[in-house]
Amino acid sequence: MSIVSSYRLRLQRRRWLIRAVRKRRELSSVANRTRQIRKSDVLLFCTLRNERIRLPYFLDYYRQLGVTHFLFVDNDSSDGSRDYLAAQDDCSVWYTRRSYKRARFGMDWMNWLLLRHGHGHWCLTVDPDEFFVFPFCDTRPIQALTDWLDASSIKSFSAMILDMYPKGRIDAQPYREGQNPLEIAAWFDSGNYVIEKNPRYGNLWIQGGPRQRVFFPDQPELAPALNKIPLVKWERKNAYASSTHMLLPRGLNLTYDEFGGEKASGLLLHTKFLNTFADKAKEELTRGQHYCASVEYKAYADLIGDDPELWCKWSEKYINWRQLEILGLMSKGNWA
Amino acid sequence: MSVGIVMLVHADLDRAEQVARHWSAAGCPVVIHADANVPARTFRKFVKALSDIDTIQFSPRHRCEWGTWGIVAATQSASEQMLRSFPDVRHVYLASGSCLPLRPVQELIDYLAARPRTDFIESATTSDVPWTVGGLDSERFTLRFPFSWKKHRRLFDGYVRLQRRIGLKRKMPNGIVPHLGSQWWCLTRQTLSAILQDPERDTYDRFFKRVWIPDESYFQTLARLYSGHIESRSLTLSKFDFQGKPHIFYDDHLQLLRRSDCFVARKIWPRADRLYEAFLTDEAHAMKRTEPNPGKIDRIFSKAVERRTRGRPGLYMQSRFPRKNWENGMTGAKYSVFQGFTELFSDFEPWLARATGCKVHGHLFAPDRAQFSSDQKVINGALSNSAAIRDYRPQAFLTNLIWNTRGERQCFQHGPVDRQGAAMAMARDPNAQISVISGAWAVPLFTSNRDFADLRTEAARLQKIESEFLDKLRSPLAKARIRIWTMAEFVENPMEPLQLIIDELGAKNARRLTEAPKMVNLQGFGQFLQNLKNQGMHPYLMGDFPTDPATHRPGRTNQRKPYLVKK
Repeated sequence: MSIVSSYRLRLQRRRWLIRAVRKRRELSSVANRTRQIRKSDVLLFCTLRNERIRLPYFLDYYRQLGVTHFLFVDNDSSDGSRDYLAAQDDCSVWYTRRSYKRARFGMDWMNWLLLRHGHGHWCLTVDPDEFFVFPFCDTRPIQALTDWLDASSIKSFSAMILDMYPKGRIDAQPYREGQNPLEIAAWFDSGNYVIEKNPRYGNLWIQGGPRQRVFFPDQPELAPALNKIPLVKWERKNAYASSTHMLLPRGLNLTYDEFGGEKASGLLLHTKFLNTFADKAKEELTRGQHYCASVEYKAYADLIGDDPELWCKWSEKYINWRQLEILGLMSKGNWA
Repeated sequence: MSVGIVMLVHADLDRAEQVARHWSAAGCPVVIHADANVPARTFRKFVKALSDIDTIQFSPRHRCEWGTWGIVAATQSASEQMLRSFPDVRHVYLASGSCLPLRPVQELIDYLAARPRTDFIESATTSDVPWTVGGLDSERFTLRFPFSWKKHRRLFDGYVRLQRRIGLKRKMPNGIVPHLGSQWWCLTRQTLSAILQDPERDTYDRFFKRVWIPDESYFQTLARLYSGHIESRSLTLSKFDFQGKPHIFYDDHLQLLRRSDCFVARKIWPRADRLYEAFLTDEAHAMKRTEPNPGKIDRIFSKAVERRTRGRPGLYMQSRFPRKNWENGMTGAKYSVFQGFTELFSDFEPWLARATGCKVHGHLFAPDRAQFSSDQKVINGALSNSAAIRDYRPQAFLTNLIWNTRGERQCFQHGPVDRQGAAMAMARDPNAQISVISGAWAVPLFTSNRDFADLRTEAARLQKIESEFLDKLRSPLAKARIRIWTMAEFVENPMEPLQLIIDELGAKNARRLTEAPKMVNLQGFGQFLQNLKNQGMHPYLMGDFPTDPATHRPGRTNQRKPYLVKK
């Protein structure tokens, strides 16, 4: 990498950070409990809009994993998400009604909160429908992972999105509040992911899964990116680029081995495809606040009328992380 | 009071306190060295917490940075204090704050009492073991290391390079032979005091102060001078990863640790409550002993290192994306590619499936869709048959298919009518067995009912594509198992090559082939080729086919009949 392009990336990073600082004015505090944060805490950052029904299980799941403080940005929810979160003892909540899209799909807000509260902590940035799975997560808390990463001088941890879906119609089984969404969306594609290296940022660009298979069989290049780096030992100089797909400085994107070995990695089980999905897609289409002119949602909307089934004969049913490891979707690396 | 514990502590003092209490409860005096980096307040609290036990002492504090002399200095002063304060101690056991005794302490005491003159210290000459990570082994002793590796990596590396370039070297004092080994040892009073009271100690200390990671070599080297009986192994179980950092033990290792034959394990995750609970009990509450099986621990950790360094061949994923030629196996399993066989034999695919029991696909790279076996829309791993998805990343399509079907050999057809996106990948892949009947693409043209002008253009196009493919197969980069026959050659005697291919596939029934696939009727094919030639398009890939049926045909048909024409 030449000095010029490395300098360009530096400027780019600075620009994002300045943006994040400026966009802080869009956030107004609803409940600020960040003084409770202790030095060794693992923090969770999340932007959401109208996800009330998912929240109880989401919070439970991550509390059990060992997350000790949650920082939410509520983007103008109307279903009581904000009040619910504000009532939780371990949550800090900010509110904004400004454009999600113009905040670079929420990343400016996230970058600001990370900058302000994340420095020196292991920070997990996820969506309310994403559930983080890492090696040994059934027997070890997330601090075991972060301690090990610290000891190994690793600063970022990758977790690809794994789209989960139910068998049969997406809306056949209604989701109840507090329920584990994986009881309904229990299936996934195990081996149809394709990878390309992004030479500019050094990260991998991964596509595939049921969304490419069902929604984009003729235009696979439009399928959404699945690579994510949600767990980072945050420093003030860091900035997420687009969603949590990649960040700067680019060294943090090198979460893969290029000489045949496997680094440790996890997965984000993505439980978007529940009965709540159709409404959400409809709403997002009219708002037009999503990536690439909401091309994803358009493709869904075109198909959703035909009642598409994501499930196929070769779908795998989720059991545990060991299964995902054996299938080659994630890896223990040298953590044993 | 025959075993004294020297404990080096730098963090998680509450765990260290727990372990120190455990040692002293079993009658072992403990001397604790706390890193000078531990804040004064924390340290005072720690000392106070342990003040109720008078066989626990604290030694003068040194600053211990990894890889530097501080750790040795700390060990020295703590050991001196141990020998001075507890004259009954016969063995001194060096442990850390994150060590955990795996077996009742009394067992260790008995074990050492039965071996009063044995020093347990791993100690091997640098030239004989390739343990060290990062290329510094004998240079640990011959170069100087004044800079911190952790804080000033550039200076450290730069100074190493500089010394190498100008050939700076140090001599071992008094001609001692450098030895390396685990930092955690158990020495007898005799040996340890001989080291600490050596009149030459200043010389050695001065030398080792500039050695890289002296805690792995100081005692290991000097013990060789004085010990009457060295057993070169550590009583402490510690496993190292590929970067030389110790593996950490967690709650879920409980059953594994119970099967260790070592007395002490390191290092334990400070929050592994179950481990501390299970092992820090008195004998009455100790768990039932299980048969030691140290091999299992070994396997698990060496597998982890292997996974990190070599990975799973044929896997491409978010944390394993090898560069070209670093794949350590481009694909996960062997597979076979057939070019020209379905064109020449009308029932080749079912015949191959019968003869070998493999999974036989059609043309996976056909322009309209991937022709999976039984024309499935989706196959193992939810791999789609969409041509667009396949052509988007053809090589990933191939590697995914082979990865998803590990354990079942895959065969598929290929040809110049197909997309060529994965052609080079297949040619480079040692797992591929590629069999080509060159020129067989002309047969479907010959049997089709199309205008001759069309046929001619199509033939020219296909011949060009196939010849490019053959160039790839013949390139020096090709690593696949490749066989190429011209069609004329193959038709002459088809059974022999077929047998060859089937044998190589490792078919279940290793018998000779009894049944041949049905060859299409080639009567007039020679004339067809001649017609192409007459139009100025010279088909050459199929070899020489005689044009004149009158002179050659009868003889050849007779020859072929017993093998090929099945009624």
